[in-house]
Amino acid sequence: MTAMIEARGLSLAIHGMPILRGVSFALREGETFGLVGESGSGKSMTALSLMRLLPEGAEASGEILLAGRDLMALGEAEMCDLRGREMAMISQEPMTALNPVQTIADQVAETLIVHAAARPREARRIALERLARVGLPPDAIPPDRYPHELSGGQRQRVAIAMAIALRPRLLIADEPTTALDVTTQAQILALLKGLVREEGMGLMLITHDLAVVAGMADRVAVMQEGRIVEEGDTESLFTRMRHPYTRALFEASAHQPERRPTARAEPLLVAEDVVREYRMPGLRLFGPAPRFRAVDHVSFTIHKGESLGLVGESGCGKSTLTRALLGLDPIDGGRIRLGGEEITAGRHMPARLRRRMQVVFQDPYASFDPRWKVGRLVAEPFHLLETPPEDPAARVAEALADVGLPADAADRYIHEFSGGQRQRIAIARALVLKPDLVILDEAVSALDVSIRAQILDLLADLQARLGLAWLFISHDLNVVRAITDRVLVMQAGRIVEEGETERVLTAPEHPYTQTLIKAAPQIPAAWRKALHG
Amino acid sequence: MIRYLARRLLSLALSLIAASIVIFAVIEIIPGDPAAYMLGLNASPEAVAALRDQLGLNGTAFSRYLDWAGGLLQGDFGQSYTYRVPVAELIGERIQVSLPLAAYALVLTVLIAFPVGLIAAARRGRPADWGIMAATQLGIAIPNFWFAMLLVLLFAVKLHWFSAGGFPGWEGGLAAGLKALTLPAIALALPQASILARVMRSSLIDTLHQDYIRTARAKGLTRRQALLRHALRNGLIPVLTIMGLQFSFLLAGAIIIENVFFLPGLGRLIFQAITQRDLIVVEGVVMLLVFAVIVVNFMVDIAYGAADPRLRRRR
Amino acid sequence: MRARLPLQLLIGAAIFAAFALAALVSFLWVPHDVTALNIAAKLAPPSREYPLGTDHFGRDMLSMLMVGARTSIAVAILAVGIGMLAGVPLGLWAAARRGSLIDEIIMRGNDLVFAFPSLVIAILITAVFGPSATNAIIAIGIFNIPVFARVSRGAALSLWTRDFIMAARVAGKRAFRISLEHILPNIANVLIVQGTIQFSLGILAEAGLSYVGLGAQPPTPSWGRMLAEAQTMIYTAPRLAILPGLAIVLAVLGLNLMGDGLRDLLDPRLRRARQ
Repeated sequence: MTAMIEARGLSLAIHGMPILRGVSFALREGETFGLVGESGSGKSMTALSLMRLLPEGAEASGEILLAGRDLMALGEAEMCDLRGREMAMISQEPMTALNPVQTIADQVAETLIVHAAARPREARRIALERLARVGLPPDAIPPDRYPHELSGGQRQRVAIAMAIALRPRLLIADEPTTALDVTTQAQILALLKGLVREEGMGLMLITHDLAVVAGMADRVAVMQEGRIVEEGDTESLFTRMRHPYTRALFEASAHQPERRPTARAEPLLVAEDVVREYRMPGLRLFGPAPRFRAVDHVSFTIHKGESLGLVGESGCGKSTLTRALLGLDPIDGGRIRLGGEEITAGRHMPARLRRRMQVVFQDPYASFDPRWKVGRLVAEPFHLLETPPEDPAARVAEALADVGLPADAADRYIHEFSGGQRQRIAIARALVLKPDLVILDEAVSALDVSIRAQILDLLADLQARLGLAWLFISHDLNVVRAITDRVLVMQAGRIVEEGETERVLTAPEHPYTQTLIKAAPQIPAAWRKALHG
Repeated sequence: MIRYLARRLLSLALSLIAASIVIFAVIEIIPGDPAAYMLGLNASPEAVAALRDQLGLNGTAFSRYLDWAGGLLQGDFGQSYTYRVPVAELIGERIQVSLPLAAYALVLTVLIAFPVGLIAAARRGRPADWGIMAATQLGIAIPNFWFAMLLVLLFAVKLHWFSAGGFPGWEGGLAAGLKALTLPAIALALPQASILARVMRSSLIDTLHQDYIRTARAKGLTRRQALLRHALRNGLIPVLTIMGLQFSFLLAGAIIIENVFFLPGLGRLIFQAITQRDLIVVEGVVMLLVFAVIVVNFMVDIAYGAADPRLRRRR
Repeated sequence: MRARLPLQLLIGAAIFAAFALAALVSFLWVPHDVTALNIAAKLAPPSREYPLGTDHFGRDMLSMLMVGARTSIAVAILAVGIGMLAGVPLGLWAAARRGSLIDEIIMRGNDLVFAFPSLVIAILITAVFGPSATNAIIAIGIFNIPVFARVSRGAALSLWTRDFIMAARVAGKRAFRISLEHILPNIANVLIVQGTIQFSLGILAEAGLSYVGLGAQPPTPSWGRMLAEAQTMIYTAPRLAILPGLAIVLAVLGLNLMGDGLRDLLDPRLRRARQ
């Protein structure tokens, strides 16, 4: 079989910085091709090169053959004709990928109209049909809705409908599910799979997640620093893994840090019947404003030295609960006690109570004031002490040493550090007051798998050495399995299941937990065995 | 949309009430006794009392405010002390010059700024963009009344295409009236058009970097199609805000520029009233100007709601 | 592209520095006394003695322009000062209490002041207190308050959602301290750029106000009043109208170039785009 699209020696530099270094691959008709790599590996730029939609300042060389025709030699007008008709693309961020001031049906119909494939009325009819095909039937989701009236998953469906409106031969999906919850991800992946089968379309699936390609792709290529380091049929690639980088990536994604049990029976933080409500937006002239209960009678206990996981999808109330636990937002019912003392939000919460609890956030880039040096950033919690420590610099150095950073890091600004190092600094800031409990709010979710594995090791080590308790909030079941003793599953503001992590993840009782676990993509166990056997 | 409209209307009414209170307080409360202030230091107590009576300035501040505001609602701005006629009559005459002038200038501003901003954004980084940016940079820096003088110097004194000033009135026909307002309108419009064109350009360039533009290009739209079909409408939203602000600059500018062209507009009226200490006229004209600014910004808000579906639902 | 950025800033700063220098020098020395009338030398063309000629009272144009620069710059700077000192704390306060009644009151108050163009404020003040340069400062200053309040609130709001602010709250810091330690330094760039813009707008507004007689009063020279006096002689001595206008244009142009250059230099968003 001949290739439908083929890249030969594709190289790319942006403002002189090399991004791609001689990438070659081929996609056959109706095939799903997975392109895997960590951030900065060049996988997204490969996609944009194929579409010839590179950012300004980009210089590409090499050949891209679509059915034997070299796209690099085509003019812009010819490329416009091909885009949307022969090849289409959907991107990662469903929230920003749609025009906010145009209805979804119009956006889908536009693909047909700009290619003069249909007159407006006919285009709309086809658009509705395509929307129905991607799971947005007009009677359930009115086609005259605007993007902001849809959920993230629905928006991604609209983007897919737009891309497949003209039944292109190639669909490039760049991290199509990364911004979505795991159950939504499963639905979108199933939709893409069905489309490939029914429409005979080739799919290039770009992702950082090995488990996603394992379940989707016929063939897989692994990218590292602008090169394809290994390529092959999915099963043989996963069972052999010839290239050390592929193997490292795989090991890191399933990394299990060595943990020593430190949990004691003594309760540290006790939440009882916690309720937190928000007033709903919208104007009502009479009567009380409708309220939304974000946290709905939540009760749980964290023991000293314990690592407790909290799992749930976006909007389930995890963040609201975190803020309530930290005493940042008031609660509307129940109570939260830390070491027997009640946490009251806002200015009444005593500093000595705040000192016992610190937090690490998800985004290593937003977690630090860019104008402060690391030493001052790590020392910020000293504000909670009645008298400042005698040797603040030594305390900061100690905290930095705890997370494996040299003492001279304190004199540098945060932009001089990588994402993984920043997350270490965030942990150092949380540890500097030697708290009893650290809340890790999706603290490893934004990191590449190899960095994530290192941070998980660090967390396991810190817990063993310092005996502190983690509340580990995550949407990623693999991570929760790796680092927690017990886990809470949260859905729509309630805790629906609670128990030993291993038990909950292997034999879930609540239907929601079962759905979550089933939806999480997995590398087949047989392949894992073959690899290690 | 109806809910959005109702909310905006409510805030319009509140703004007008608040503005009228501020104006009333400055004119009628801060000077102590406005009648004494208007007559000056040498006035006899009897004359002051008589004027106070005549202007209806007796009674508590609160009741006077209610009287004044009630009058405004019926189009009664009080009596001018110097002209001895109702202020509404004076305003009625003069507004026939100032309002058309500001509106004329706004139309010119938009007609110049939109295409220029669009061209600059479409050709960003190229010579056309560079030229537009340089020209508008200069345009922003030029005071409109000075530009007006230069126009008079060139078109009236040297070329004799226009008369140097004066206004024939609308009785002489629409064309003659518009002709008399053309130079002042150009002088007002060019600096504002420079600002608006730059806002338009940067707003369009901002939107051109959005993800949905890449989505549109991936659908097969050309650069130009993506600009016109997707970036334009989204980019227009900040432009609307600036247009609302510009109206108040244009109105203020119109009042200043009337001096250059000897136009019998609100500017002449109010500057004479200030020198003659005719507070009632000042109060009326200021209220009218502020009213115009608030109403225009209300209309901008409505246009906002029409342009951006996200605003209609919330807030 | 890269080379143009500092250039813009340099040219703008150079032009503006020339005016600032002229204004400062005028305190110590001017070529001719601007209050002394010398009818014998009236409307003299440019010469060695009078580099830019004289006006209808025989006053030296160069000296008038130098002292006028002083008026313009002083009024505009003080007006920016008023706007910043009142507007920035209001904006920070509103952002710290976002969504609360205080925020609503501050923002509605802003909208209200926005409805009064600085000319209208000047008219109101002059009608009650009589004309003076102070009126111009107050009028333009009041107009600047909501500008700075809005800009600082907007910039602060986007910072308040960042995790590092949350970290400061977890460290027990109150909104006031966070505003001072984290928010203010991070919006300083925006405020500097806005400050230059308001400075140049202030020079334009001052010129307009003194042109219609609501600003600096005789005998203080100011560019706007020079234009007003020159207007009657525009047919006979256009030079008198052209020179002060050019001074305004150059000063404003210099400030605007400076502001644009600063924005390119300081705006991290643009900087990232350039890399």
